[in-house]
Amino acid sequence: MNDMMKKLTGDSSFDLGNWVLDNIVTIIFWVFIILGMLTAKDLSLNGFFTELCNRFYRNAFLILSLIIPVIAGLGLNFGIVVGAIAGQLAIIAVRYWGINSELVGGTAFGGLGGLLLMFVIALPIAAIIGWLTGTLYNKTKGQEMIASLIVGYFGNGVYQFIVLFLIGAVIPVAAAHPMILYDGVGIRMSVDMGSTTYALDNLLQIPFVPFMIAAAAFVLLFVLWNQFIRKPKVEGQSYKMNPLKFWVYVILAAGVLAYFVMQLMTGGPMNDVRQVPVVLMLVIAALAIFNQWIMNTKLGQDFRSCGMNQTIAEANGINVDRTRVIATVISTVLAAWGMIIYLQNMGTLNTYTAHNNVGYFSVAAILVGGASVDKATIGQAVTGCLLFHAMFILSPEIGKAVFGQAALGEYFRTFMVYGVIGLSLGLYVWRANKRAKLAMPKEDEE
Amino acid sequence: MNNGILEFVNVGKEYSGHAVLKGINMDVRPGEIHALIGENGAGKSTLMNILFGMPVIHSTGGFTGEVRIGGEDAKIMNPHDAMMQGIGMVHQEFMLIPGFTITENIKINREITKSSLMSKVFGKRMESLEHAAMATDARKALDTMGMDIEEYTKVHGLPVGHMQFVEIAREIDKTGIRFLVFDEPTAVLTESETEHLLNAIRKLAAQGIGIVFISHRLDEIIRLSDRVTILRDGEWVATEETKNITAAEIARLMVGRALTLDRAEGDRKVSDEKIMTVDNLRVNMPGEEVKGVTFDVHRGEILGIGGLAGQGKLGIANGLMGMYPVTGKVTFKGEPLDVMKTNETLKKGVAFLSEDRKGVGLLLQSSIEENIAFTAMEVHNKFLKKVGPFTLTDDKAIRENAEKMVKDLDIRCTSVTQNTGALSGGNQQKVCVGKALSLDPELLLVSEPTRGIDIGAKKLILDLLKDLAEKRGMTVIMTSSELAELRSICDRVLIICEGKVAGELSPFDSDEVYGLMMSGVSKEEAMKAAGAAQKKAGGEANG
Amino acid sequence: MGKKIGDFINRIGIPTFAVGLLLVVLLIAAGVMGQSIPTLISDILKRVGMNGLLVLAMLPAIKSGTGPNFALPVGIEGGLMALIVCMQFDFSGWALMGASAVLCIVFCIILGWLYGQLMNAVKGAEMTIATYSGFSIVAFFNILWLAIPFSNRKMGWMLGNGLRETIQMKGFEADKILSDFLAFEIAGIKFPTGMILVLAFFCLLSWLFFRTKTGMAIFAGGQNPRFAEASGLNIDRNRIIANILSTILAGLGIIMYSQGYGYAQLYNGPLNMAFPAVAAVLVGGATASKASIPNVLIGVCLFQGLMTTAMPVMNQIFTGTDLSDIMRIIIQNGVILYALTKVKSGGDR
Repeated sequence: MNDMMKKLTGDSSFDLGNWVLDNIVTIIFWVFIILGMLTAKDLSLNGFFTELCNRFYRNAFLILSLIIPVIAGLGLNFGIVVGAIAGQLAIIAVRYWGINSELVGGTAFGGLGGLLLMFVIALPIAAIIGWLTGTLYNKTKGQEMIASLIVGYFGNGVYQFIVLFLIGAVIPVAAAHPMILYDGVGIRMSVDMGSTTYALDNLLQIPFVPFMIAAAAFVLLFVLWNQFIRKPKVEGQSYKMNPLKFWVYVILAAGVLAYFVMQLMTGGPMNDVRQVPVVLMLVIAALAIFNQWIMNTKLGQDFRSCGMNQTIAEANGINVDRTRVIATVISTVLAAWGMIIYLQNMGTLNTYTAHNNVGYFSVAAILVGGASVDKATIGQAVTGCLLFHAMFILSPEIGKAVFGQAALGEYFRTFMVYGVIGLSLGLYVWRANKRAKLAMPKEDEE
Repeated sequence: MNNGILEFVNVGKEYSGHAVLKGINMDVRPGEIHALIGENGAGKSTLMNILFGMPVIHSTGGFTGEVRIGGEDAKIMNPHDAMMQGIGMVHQEFMLIPGFTITENIKINREITKSSLMSKVFGKRMESLEHAAMATDARKALDTMGMDIEEYTKVHGLPVGHMQFVEIAREIDKTGIRFLVFDEPTAVLTESETEHLLNAIRKLAAQGIGIVFISHRLDEIIRLSDRVTILRDGEWVATEETKNITAAEIARLMVGRALTLDRAEGDRKVSDEKIMTVDNLRVNMPGEEVKGVTFDVHRGEILGIGGLAGQGKLGIANGLMGMYPVTGKVTFKGEPLDVMKTNETLKKGVAFLSEDRKGVGLLLQSSIEENIAFTAMEVHNKFLKKVGPFTLTDDKAIRENAEKMVKDLDIRCTSVTQNTGALSGGNQQKVCVGKALSLDPELLLVSEPTRGIDIGAKKLILDLLKDLAEKRGMTVIMTSSELAELRSICDRVLIICEGKVAGELSPFDSDEVYGLMMSGVSKEEAMKAAGAAQKKAGGEANG
Repeated sequence: MGKKIGDFINRIGIPTFAVGLLLVVLLIAAGVMGQSIPTLISDILKRVGMNGLLVLAMLPAIKSGTGPNFALPVGIEGGLMALIVCMQFDFSGWALMGASAVLCIVFCIILGWLYGQLMNAVKGAEMTIATYSGFSIVAFFNILWLAIPFSNRKMGWMLGNGLRETIQMKGFEADKILSDFLAFEIAGIKFPTGMILVLAFFCLLSWLFFRTKTGMAIFAGGQNPRFAEASGLNIDRNRIIANILSTILAGLGIIMYSQGYGYAQLYNGPLNMAFPAVAAVLVGGATASKASIPNVLIGVCLFQGLMTTAMPVMNQIFTGTDLSDIMRIIIQNGVILYALTKVKSGGDR
């Protein structure tokens, strides 16, 4: 088996056991989803895909915001919760004015304009918070992940203090405003996103099936071009995939292409899946390109240097602490924007709870895609997002189908969220410790 | 390209009143290979730290004297200044990132970039990388040394020899490199890799780069260098044209009689009984690897283990105590000893004073009495008493024992409840001795017993060890970097070089022999060379 | 003078000082505002008794070098499971307390042993992994609460399967059974003798334990692993013992908490219970690598004192908003963050 894989991947150092350990979480999820698909009989395919796509559009941006801190050696930034909080503060501000204007029949601060204003306002707030948390991570080196988790809780406390008390008590607001609690202090439990709801989603939509056909065709062509035509920028380097990977991609892309062409022709259930919000997809793609682009700058190279070895980076004159702060600021700002995108899709901001699970869910998702404490790619973020949310949708269905209790499925998926994080992080540390362990002395090499 | 001479003029350095460098004068000419040699603590690394403006120098009050390049004060206040002056260093421990390609490592933090729209708005760090140009530069640097490895391979998995060349390539790729320091560059290389490296160094020198070559291998120094400077105890001893000096002479100058610790004479009576035998011991202690040593220890003797830092002498005692992975056969009092089971070893009567007093020897935040009692309590169930269903610590016994040790060993403290972290180095060492004595050991392993202890206290510690052997009949294995102290109390001295026993010497053998053997020369050759050198010296004196 | 104050703050630690000062201010405010001080003190004593063991569970973990036990829910779930199993068999009153304590020790030895193994495998990142172990086990037990067919009607939903979110201790004659044991009242202050006695008993037991050979060995291994290794100790084994003890204390702690509170909280009740306990021991002057019984006791008194006093005072000043809970969140996590900045990094990743 191992030898066969060695041949197929063209990698002589390939080790099946290591490969399984590297990808254990992803494998578990694939198995779970396939079993789930088989057991959940009442599942409607178009319903499932509509839900999955919805969740993808909502969450992809947030998950992508995790990549840079991983590369810069900060590990998984559970602290994107404070970024989400920054986004929510911006939403609250803009919606406050927006509702004011709606009350007199205006449309100011609504729609796409309102949404863009949210992005603009969130930027400085998130940047400042990111700078503070980045500084804190520098003071807790080696413990960044637990620190980032606690930062989320701490930020939640401060945020609640602001929206529940400062707004109204210190920041003057109109007591009769529909967003403000009855006694004139604090924001209500939920804030309606008003006309900013779907402001991005609805901008330009195309049907799902043609989109998938185009996407699959693009992937297929790209893979072929990459394998046979593409010239490397630097001599000697190669972009070629190993034969196994190449064929998996080709077969998958071709299969998807064929399936959706069939669907188009036969008018199958896939035609009922919700339309694809092109602009939102472009925004997500833009972030992916941004991530890729920044890794090709001096700053990106410094991120990598710091992530690989802080001591050596420092010895070569890179300001490690500053670089790490920049990584955190970028991540926090992206998380703030991600949260705004998330909420424009949701339609309502649950003022006091919306941000709570952002950290866990996003981190779990990227881990499911195969990322770890020290490596994360765009591909992993995207696959992780899809796999994780597929599990999320399927769990209650499976609970119902197998145990007759949907609630069991819901508890099960919470278990999967924490379990995935615990398992991935635990395995990572365990393997690192094992590698660091001193070997028995070797007999003479002469 | 290079016309300035690098000069150290009367350079001195003190660490909190303690002089580690005194009035060093040395110069390195362009295109010259200048070897620098000295025992541990001779001041080589301090001198290099000054050259590179390391924070450790400037955060401790700077240095006296001047470093000049081309006759002008170089004013090197930090590593960046050193780089701007064209001074580079090839480290003993590689400063390479395994996950990066060779090009990326060579170009780390000196990446070639081109400006873009984003960089015009957000600053230089947003400039994008020019991979092709970087690769070209890397290729050029590799070619300079005749390396045909591909510049886009990852460093991870390269043979160590190649890693060394990547390090060098990084230095010579820095524009205007004028001086290059090599710190023990051949320590990790195989013979053929070493040859390749020495050739590369010659090539660099031929291009006008001034080379400082730090090594303990005398043969390499003789073969490679144009001049050699010898340091000893922070002082300049000699600078000679290499062709005018022999290895034996260098060895003698390097070792010298730094401080004469009187040896109260005669040979001690040592029994023939072998209390411990060690056969093919290998220890994987990072930085002090032991690669197969064999020796016997006689009951009642003080066996010295000497050698330069990094050669593995410290690994022996640590290995015997099971602090690192070990293979090999050890017997103690005729029975086989499984050294990986530290508890067993301690139970059978072996005790250990670690070279790392603060890190391994003591609980710094606990009291003297607890420190002294702890190991004996854990190993021999001493100092415990039954109270009802519980077996608790016997505070009274602990205190009595500690007070006795304080008196016997003359530990200076306010009381036995004082934390050991607050004691001076000498007194901490005595607490460690007290801790070991509470175990009633038959064999005592002592590593670097006087490290970081001032001169007066050193003598006390050494006398104490001698007393243990002479009055209590204890067997002692003492490992030390200071030959003088080994020779002052040991009955025999094993010299360890490159993880193996280079040979056994008597404390009365000459400095040359000690120096040569520490540099890896075999005992016979060392004896011969030393004899010749002495004859020559005698002849010169006569003539 | 200023220097003296500075020295004083440094000696007792910034968190202890800040929380202590805040508590004093709040107590004075409570007095000025006409709150009943004896009632407040009674409440503080009650909450100290309820939370004491949970905070004491931090002691062995910190001393062994594992760091604060962020996986407190592991023990808590063990304790709850013991309680539920005993309820299933209709134990009540003192029998319930006794039987569940014994069963809890059995469960927690198993759970603690497993958890200890895990902690040894992930040295250097114990706190992060511990947190997720805690979360995971809560989620896992959520499934158990629903899936195991417990049949005692006092614990089930009116309809459907599975256990209720909260189970009344009253139904098993165990409501405040320890709190009220030998309780007496002086000057309006109700003293929960039973709980305080139990807490004192376990403090004494811990004190004795850390004076035994094993206890000393655990402590040495936590303070300086290299030293312990050179003394021939099996550090991994000792860390496991310490984590078993911590887990047992957490299990017993939740039984004590439940009787004092009057309800056993299942499902997500234990999810975030580790954080207040960690914060409390830190407030008491402990660090991530050093703790003592006084740290535990001072910490639980200050932290719970603050929480108890803050609620009525804050609610009186700012009616309508629950600022005291926000204050708890900020202080609790602020204290933990502060402690994290003092942790020496285990090295480069």
